[in-house]
Amino acid sequence: MAEPVTRISTPMRLEYRFTPGRAASRFLRHVEQGELLGQRCPNCRKVYIPPRGACAACGVPTDEEVRVADKGTVTTFCVVNVPFYGQKIEIPYVSATILLDGADIGIFHLVQEVPAEDVHMGMRVEAVWHDERRPTLESISHFKPTGEPDAPFESYKDYV
Amino acid sequence: MPADDVLVAPNILEYPYARSVGPVIGRFMTGLRDGRIFGIRASDGRVIVPPTEYDPVTSETLGEDRFVEVGQAGVVTTWAWVHQPRERHPLQRPFGWALVRLDGADTGLLHAVDAGDESRMATGMRVRVRWRDERVGEIQDIACFAPEAG
Repeated sequence: MAEPVTRISTPMRLEYRFTPGRAASRFLRHVEQGELLGQRCPNCRKVYIPPRGACAACGVPTDEEVRVADKGTVTTFCVVNVPFYGQKIEIPYVSATILLDGADIGIFHLVQEVPAEDVHMGMRVEAVWHDERRPTLESISHFKPTGEPDAPFESYKDYV
Repeated sequence: MPADDVLVAPNILEYPYARSVGPVIGRFMTGLRDGRIFGIRASDGRVIVPPTEYDPVTSETLGEDRFVEVGQAGVVTTWAWVHQPRERHPLQRPFGWALVRLDGADTGLLHAVDAGDESRMATGMRVRVRWRDERVGEIQDIACFAPEAG
């Protein structure tokens, strides 16, 4: 007689069709061209990226499109040391919030080409694009240090 | 912007959960692996399938000495027809979800009934277990229930 059963596998799978909507679709089409396109709120003047079509703070549509640089400043970051199911990147790696120049909200991306322990707040980084781009932020492989001096804390203190 | 410029993509979330089953559900799962179905006798004499760890009336722990093997056929007490099975459903053709009260049991076990057509489903119909060829100790060891001949 075999051993008693002590464990069962109970996987879950949720299948969605996701649409990013008009504003973010336009953003992603531009990503395919190697450009980052945000939207400015007509009221508070903040630039959102990726744009959502409206300003969450002011509740008004954001029609004005603004080019945003593909370099910026690390505001916060996390060194990932824990392996998990579906992980695509070798650990340790760094996930960071990057405030792109000209934007008023950070995006999440990877910071590579630098040892994890050297990544820090204020570090200046730039996008490394894939040669073949698709309408997804994965068209940016990662961000790497630009070698510029750190951004002063004052320049990003309102975005941390 | 024309509507067809709005992007759409599949977004699939998967969670590879596993759980420990404990002594009571563990016994039930072990039984399935061995081609047997166990329930547990509650304080009021009812046989509950699948077995519960606690008595539903008194909340007392239901122990090892209360397991009862039940039959491999029973009666559909309620059901719903699935016209379009989903990928993870037990059958990839239309089937009925049913509560099956197995012979010797007093509660319903939820499982699929391979009736072929909705018109063959009925409350009170007799169904029998169809075991999977290779059993590992999970509810899918019962491939489905099938209407009894006759």
